[in-house]
Amino acid sequence: MDFNRLRSIITRYCVGEESWVDNRTVYIGHKEPPPGAEAYIPQRYPDNRIVSSKYTFWNFIPKNLFEQFRRIANFYFLVIFLVQLIIDTPTSPVTSGLPLFFVITVTAIKQGYEDWLRHKADCSINECPVDVVQRGKVVRTQSHKLRVGDIVVVREDETFPCDLILLSSCRHDGTCYVTTTSLDGESSHKTYYAVPDTMAFRTEQEVDSLHATIECEQPQPDLYKFVGRINIYRDKEEPVARPLGAENLLLRGATLKNTQHVYAVAVYTGMETKMALNYQSKSQKRSAVEKSMNAFLIVYLCILISKAVINTVLKYAWQWSPDRDEPWYNHRTENERQRHVVIRAFTDFLAFMVLFNYIIPVSMYVTVEMQKFLGSYFITWDEEMFDEELGEGAQVNTSDLNEELGQVEYVFTDKTGTLTENNMEFIECCVDGNVYIPHAICNGQILSAASSIDMIDSSPGGYRREHEDLFFRALCLCHTVQVKEEETVDGIKRGIHQGRPTSFYISSSPDEVALVEGMKRLGYTYLRLKDSYMEILNKDDEIERFELLHVLNFDSVRRRMSVIVRSSSGEYLLFCKGADSSIFPRVVSGKLEQVKARVEQNAVEGLRTLCVAYRRLSVSEYEEACHHLTEAKLALQDREQRLAHAYDIIERDFVLLGATAVEDRLQEKAADTIESLHKAGMKVWVLTGDKMETAAATCYASKLFRRSTQILELTKKRTEEQSLHDVLFELNRTVLRQRSISGLSVDCLDFGLIIDGATLSAVLKANQEGAGAGNYREIFLEICRNCSAVLCCRMAPLQKAQIVKLIKASKEHPITLAIGDGANDVSMILEAHVGIGIMGKEGRQAARNSDYAIPKFKHLKKMLLVHGHYYYIRIAELVQYFFYKNVCFIFPQFLYQFFCGFSQQPLYDTAYLTLYNISFTSLPILLYSLVEQHVTMETLKRAPSLYRDIAKNSLLRWPVFLYWTCLGVFDAVIFFFGAYFLFDNTTFTSNGQLMTTNTQMMFGNWTFGTLVFTVLVFTVTLKLALDTHHWTWINHFVIWGSLLFYVIFSLLWGGIIWPFLNYQRMYYVFMQMLSSGPAWLSIILLITVSLLPDVIKKVLCRAMCPTATERAQSTRPCLNVEPSTIFMLSQSSSRMSF
Amino acid sequence: MMATSYSAKDEDGHITVSGPGAGTLRSKKPENTAFKQQRLPAWQPILTAGTVLPAFFIIGLIFIPIGIGLYVTSNNIKEFEIDYTGVDMSSPCFNCSQNYSWNSTRPCTCTIPFYLETPYESNVFMYYGLSNFYQNHRRYVKSRDDSQLNGDVGSLQKPSKECEPYAYHENRPVAPCGAIANSMFNDTLELFYNNPNGTKLQIPLTSTGIAWWTDKHVKFRNPGNDPNLTAAFQGTTKPVNWRRPVYELDSDPENNGFINEDFIVWMRTAALPTFRKLYRIIQKKNSMVPTLPRGNYTLEVVYNYPVRRFEGRKRVILSTISWMGGKNPFLGIAYMTVGSVCFLLGVVLLIIHHKYGNRNNSADISN
Repeated sequence: MDFNRLRSIITRYCVGEESWVDNRTVYIGHKEPPPGAEAYIPQRYPDNRIVSSKYTFWNFIPKNLFEQFRRIANFYFLVIFLVQLIIDTPTSPVTSGLPLFFVITVTAIKQGYEDWLRHKADCSINECPVDVVQRGKVVRTQSHKLRVGDIVVVREDETFPCDLILLSSCRHDGTCYVTTTSLDGESSHKTYYAVPDTMAFRTEQEVDSLHATIECEQPQPDLYKFVGRINIYRDKEEPVARPLGAENLLLRGATLKNTQHVYAVAVYTGMETKMALNYQSKSQKRSAVEKSMNAFLIVYLCILISKAVINTVLKYAWQWSPDRDEPWYNHRTENERQRHVVIRAFTDFLAFMVLFNYIIPVSMYVTVEMQKFLGSYFITWDEEMFDEELGEGAQVNTSDLNEELGQVEYVFTDKTGTLTENNMEFIECCVDGNVYIPHAICNGQILSAASSIDMIDSSPGGYRREHEDLFFRALCLCHTVQVKEEETVDGIKRGIHQGRPTSFYISSSPDEVALVEGMKRLGYTYLRLKDSYMEILNKDDEIERFELLHVLNFDSVRRRMSVIVRSSSGEYLLFCKGADSSIFPRVVSGKLEQVKARVEQNAVEGLRTLCVAYRRLSVSEYEEACHHLTEAKLALQDREQRLAHAYDIIERDFVLLGATAVEDRLQEKAADTIESLHKAGMKVWVLTGDKMETAAATCYASKLFRRSTQILELTKKRTEEQSLHDVLFELNRTVLRQRSISGLSVDCLDFGLIIDGATLSAVLKANQEGAGAGNYREIFLEICRNCSAVLCCRMAPLQKAQIVKLIKASKEHPITLAIGDGANDVSMILEAHVGIGIMGKEGRQAARNSDYAIPKFKHLKKMLLVHGHYYYIRIAELVQYFFYKNVCFIFPQFLYQFFCGFSQQPLYDTAYLTLYNISFTSLPILLYSLVEQHVTMETLKRAPSLYRDIAKNSLLRWPVFLYWTCLGVFDAVIFFFGAYFLFDNTTFTSNGQLMTTNTQMMFGNWTFGTLVFTVLVFTVTLKLALDTHHWTWINHFVIWGSLLFYVIFSLLWGGIIWPFLNYQRMYYVFMQMLSSGPAWLSIILLITVSLLPDVIKKVLCRAMCPTATERAQSTRPCLNVEPSTIFMLSQSSSRMSF
Repeated sequence: MMATSYSAKDEDGHITVSGPGAGTLRSKKPENTAFKQQRLPAWQPILTAGTVLPAFFIIGLIFIPIGIGLYVTSNNIKEFEIDYTGVDMSSPCFNCSQNYSWNSTRPCTCTIPFYLETPYESNVFMYYGLSNFYQNHRRYVKSRDDSQLNGDVGSLQKPSKECEPYAYHENRPVAPCGAIANSMFNDTLELFYNNPNGTKLQIPLTSTGIAWWTDKHVKFRNPGNDPNLTAAFQGTTKPVNWRRPVYELDSDPENNGFINEDFIVWMRTAALPTFRKLYRIIQKKNSMVPTLPRGNYTLEVVYNYPVRRFEGRKRVILSTISWMGGKNPFLGIAYMTVGSVCFLLGVVLLIIHHKYGNRNNSADISN
């Protein structure tokens, strides 16, 4: 957003006039307005060039390097490398330079390639041909040469080159159809409208003769919002001003469909198009594991620095006598001698840092990235998460959060489309208390209308008859459904296939489709909208035509929509349908009580209800309404508010007609999934915009609330009776009392909370007023914490995000997951730690903004309980193991300093130092972290409570970390002193009997290091082997393969005099070591001793206090026989653990 | 297409690898392979008391005998050690150790008598040992030029700068260069058997076969193909502390120059500040007579090597060896300890397994 502000400041500065900060004036066809209207000031806008690439040919290397070294780890390794280059350090710069160079190069190549692709894409887009009208002729030009004000011709199936205002289309009604698949994933065809004054233009000449300006707001990223005004100048008349809205704006990236061509004028170009503004970076989410990893890294950095400091201090203490510092056999060079002691101490410190720097390995980052990247493929490959109907499987939009799926504590789910199918079915309607139920359709044959209406109340009468007619017409007219007449529809089919393949109903709201379909079954068929006339086929097969005058669109605040039509008899009618809460207060007559009773009954059954009302308008009333509407629509500022106000004035004094009920069935296995999540220790919150009763019914159906659940209500109804303060405190008391009573048996405590949007905002708002009220939030959180399920109804989209934020910020900082399918869930998906989108009926926006997208709600179970669990234990082991193996690796070097006069003599050869993390020990852990399954998938699915075992980052807590570090130190001490005692007071020699000669060999320092290193590699690899619970051929291959590789490499490395090396210290060292019996014996001994404590710890823990997971592992064989055992088992153990 | 080209944009400059692209796998049913579905056949071992128990007992049963064997073997090895540094006034080498200078032309000798209580039957290995001598100091370890030692003529004339400050002396390249070579051990040790009849019998010491075969034949080589070493080393100078140039180390041409075995042994830097290096081998003559019979011996030392200044010690060690090398009680003890610990743990685990295993099982059933 700063960028926007900056740009507006720049614009202001360049243009020099305040008023253009918020508005821009576009001169269509670059024609000056007629004199006297406004001063023509040519404005400067960016051209239509799209630049998505980051680098140019010239700045690639410096910029990319800069970007890469901004990462703290890379920078650290760079510093180490530079230190090695500058000062005389124990290891050659190659040891750290080579891996760093490798990582940097690979990344640079990858990014360079991506950028090259982006360049290519940019180029092809910027150079794609565009037809522009200039001086009455169509001129072909390149896309990047487009300027604001150009009139563009777009043909069918072409993509809009920039954001355009539709002037006219080849259709007579001035509409065009557009699909925005590439923008927001919605494949439905949307209708866009031309301004009536310009829609008549047919030819280039006509379009070119247009003399008009467009005033509109400065570019902003909201795809669905646009406010503007077109001023059309006719000869010597006052300019005609027409409002422009989002329905007039064709967005770059969208494609023209079913329309031969359109004329449109460019208003936003290049990087100012809404699409370009939308693709600016999203905030990065970081997983809890990553945070722990960084904390561990800091600890290790401290260890590293303290090691270096200790050694430096000891070095100077030890060197106090000159005979130790410089004995006769080991003089310094003159240069070194002349250096100041402080500089010498500092370089020594740096040298120690370099010597121990391997404790923080470069390869860990690479391995973690690889693990995440490759691991995420298992999600997309999962067959069980593939939906046949949709033809899609799960998608991974970011692989950074894989392990977070195993840490979820709160699940926030949307109701409609997520828990439920969002596949609406018309169930019944009631007119003045009389219930009509359409019969099911058989094989596409619609039963005759008369028989399908179930007359409950048979008292006939003109009044009733009239209401019935109006009711059905209202439902046929009051909607925004389109009729699709083609057989093939691109993308997802909306509406139910009706036997006749020639027509579909298409709408952004499935409810509307269900209603219109329902009406069809009751005998009233909506045919089409043609030239502002809506045609209805009524029960008697007559076509009725109504002129559509105004559509008062649906919005989630008003929760209703209206149409104003003129019937063939010339009557003005306003039909309104909407939520009961928004209709009832506006009703002046009608059978309110009966309808209300029916609505409530239906809501309890979990049906979605809508009320229908109408109002007859007199001509004068109509004109007044027209006036209000046009005025509001024309407004440039606060148009939304003015419109809302106008609607409010018009939509009143209704006559209630009746109500409808539509069923939204629960998704397959939704209840099972919720139950599993509950058992896994997650708290499930349902956030919905729906009515409380409907939502509560869904919650019961989906087993979020059980019969035993005690429901706490925190709703507007209650807070009207008592003050919010009292209600909150009372609820809190209830919860606390219950807990203190049932203290031990946690099962009895099962609360469910219902809260509505209004109360929620009161709770949250109270905080802002401060002064004592601030603890409402705390009390509310306290109540929520004790509830196993929470239902938030009547929520606005932003409130959903607020709730997520509230929980995220509470003092335990729980990991939250939000799942939803619609555009209204995007805010909460972005807010939660993990956002999951359902590829649903309400478009792809949620899926596009999510971190993971799944086809159905039921897939969440496998996603969390299986994939999340696996990813978590895999990455946890990966992180801990990496630190462990580097402690094992570096700590002996630290110990060795005490025996070599603190001279920074490395214990291992350069090749071993370099390759330890890169090749000897890297593959086993990488593959482990990809394929490990400590428990089978079936067990995980069957026993969701196993998820509790890994809750709260349990495998990466400090005690566990400490255990691993201590194990590492212990092993390092064993390696070092084991070798030390063998070398120290005895002649650790070989008599050479295994060799061809009979010499007796002496072993030097490199043999010592090689011995330690061999034990190290074997121990560390075997430790991983002990941790592996799932030995596939891959594990066998990499574990034994990397040990074999180590041996072969060592043989080769020591077997040849390497011509390019200036030292031959490793020549035959490994072979000589292997030819000595005691070396073999001590290698075996040291490996055994190093592994012993871990084995004992594992066995003892399993025997004494097994976790649920361990029980599940050991009872694995009998699982197949008695599936319920494990289930009970895990329940009992989870009870114990809490 | 635009969307995909843009989605790459919000990647920042790291190795962040974005997940599999949204569009790539669209409407493709994932393959039903064992790998992709994570259903590879697998062996799933679990470490329980029951499964680990036998392993512990087996380790115990294998390790204890090995340990005993090692310990016995190690105890059978005879070793005798004499410290001849000359720290005490009473020590025969005291004088030599006191007035020492590198340049003295007259070598200082001292004689140390000792008594072997048991006869040494097989080949006897004679070592010299140094203490507090940091051969593993970094500056020292790297102060050598392996290509020079490998016979490279270029490096002979132009030693690597790693050898500094022992690379050049009086503007002539040092051969062999470096601190290691410069500080080569140069005491001469001779062993005499004092026959009970009063005669002094010098014991023949073999000076070859003490270095690694590969070192002597591959890693170390004299420069050039010239059999005349004096000519081969033309233009170089001896290390400062040496009394003789490198081509006069031995009269035997197979043991002279860089391939002198004493030199090679010295060049293999020791791992720890207290170390031994093989000096000579006393070959067994015939099977009837022990190599070193019981009795009085005299060690004659030509005392050249100064260690007092850095508080070092010098020793001579006589030792026999076995199949497992020199005297090495540590390994045997360690094996026995670990073996018994494993065995004990096995017993403990057995108890635990019995107690908890049953309880767990019964708990499972009752639940």
